[in-house]
Amino acid sequence: MAARKTPPVAAPKRTSLLIATRKGLWALGSDAARRSWKLTGPQFLGHIVHHAVADPRDDRTMLAAARTGHLGPTIFRSRDRGRTWKEASQPPAFEAGSGRTVDHSFWLAAGHASEPGVWYAGTSPQGLFRSTDGGASWTGVKGFNEHPQRKTWCGGDQDGTPDGPKLHSVLVDPRDPKHLYIGMSSGGVFESSDGGADWAPLNKGVKALFQPDPDPPFGHDPHCVRLHPRAPDRLYQQNHCGIYRIDRPADRWTDIGAAMPKSVGPIGFPMVLHPRDPDTLWVFPMDDSDVWPRISPGGKPAVYRSVNGGKTWQRQATGLPKAQAWWTVKRQAMTADQAPTVGVYFGTTSGEIWGSRDEGRSWKCLVRNLPHIYAVEAA
Amino acid sequence: MKVLIPGLLRSYTAGADTVVLPAHPTLDAALRDLNARYPGLRFRVVDEQDAIRPHIKMFVDGELARRLDTPLAGSAELMIVGALSGG
Repeated sequence: MAARKTPPVAAPKRTSLLIATRKGLWALGSDAARRSWKLTGPQFLGHIVHHAVADPRDDRTMLAAARTGHLGPTIFRSRDRGRTWKEASQPPAFEAGSGRTVDHSFWLAAGHASEPGVWYAGTSPQGLFRSTDGGASWTGVKGFNEHPQRKTWCGGDQDGTPDGPKLHSVLVDPRDPKHLYIGMSSGGVFESSDGGADWAPLNKGVKALFQPDPDPPFGHDPHCVRLHPRAPDRLYQQNHCGIYRIDRPADRWTDIGAAMPKSVGPIGFPMVLHPRDPDTLWVFPMDDSDVWPRISPGGKPAVYRSVNGGKTWQRQATGLPKAQAWWTVKRQAMTADQAPTVGVYFGTTSGEIWGSRDEGRSWKCLVRNLPHIYAVEAA
Repeated sequence: MKVLIPGLLRSYTAGADTVVLPAHPTLDAALRDLNARYPGLRFRVVDEQDAIRPHIKMFVDGELARRLDTPLAGSAELMIVGALSGG
């Protein structure tokens, strides 16, 4: 690949959170000290909002992926930081005659800094779509959607997770707009070096305990994959079967979940990276025992942080309930801000937003009584 | 013909609960006309493979229409319904 140069990261700003829920979209804005928070909304009341994201390239564009229980999936976009929204003229949809239908757009990702207006959407079932006009119209990335191996990698559209198989974690290398990664539940992590024209699996070293082959080339279940913006050769993933790190150009993931306490385990949905330190990350473990309850182990929610790339982990639960709190935090529902002392935030399936303005050392409930939260993104 | 617009689609029709269309030979033609007037409406009720979405019902003069090639000749009313359930 050509030499890559990392662009500077945007200066810190006041924190605002976009909260996508099963019943609409809310925003939570802070004062400069992140002590006082104001909730606004709802917008799209009654819509299932799977993801809402602000464009880091212009600080005014926002996209929201929505549907309802009966109406088909669409994307709304705002050019004024969420004050007004307009529906996409051509939402993500598979080719007529392909036999495939988009159940919902699940993951939104802004494109490369050098390509303003470019966005990516990952869908359920697994599909990859691209917009070049700020989210107004979307076309399928044929190199993935029509790849001859796609069905082998992903299985059929009826396979996959109970909420529907998903393409998520669309990651763009900040040094090269053509260098992309995606995660699929199920399917695994895949990489493209040519803007999505072709793809190759990147799953060596990752367990797939639900498959007969202990080290298959694909078919894994990454829940959330993150690329570090300042060290783009470093990726982490919170997987169905553990926590992993890779430092490219290596092609084998390192198991960093084995260092988690045995009583908690390495399973969870979300993962958040420190915006400046590639060795610092946070996860939110969940119970994978028995029939996979997928709630906080023992009803005692805790964030776990590593400051050394996953060699060791520290429990961060100060301020969180000590017992009888049976939360799930979904894969898009945990985020970090850009402040000098990073703020970390997560939303629960029970409609609470929790925040820490000291990198996870202490937590405070910022909002209660929202609907089931699907996604939280710093904006 | 008269098209009865359910509440869930009235954000497209500026709140109108009834839209009057000229005669069309099929349900598909009527929905395409409706989409030309109210862009985006069709994809919310018909998927990219031209199937009526699972929880959307369309009644032509009171008869459930399951396919887009349902003939509309001589029909007076199309009723679109969203069948939502669950919490």
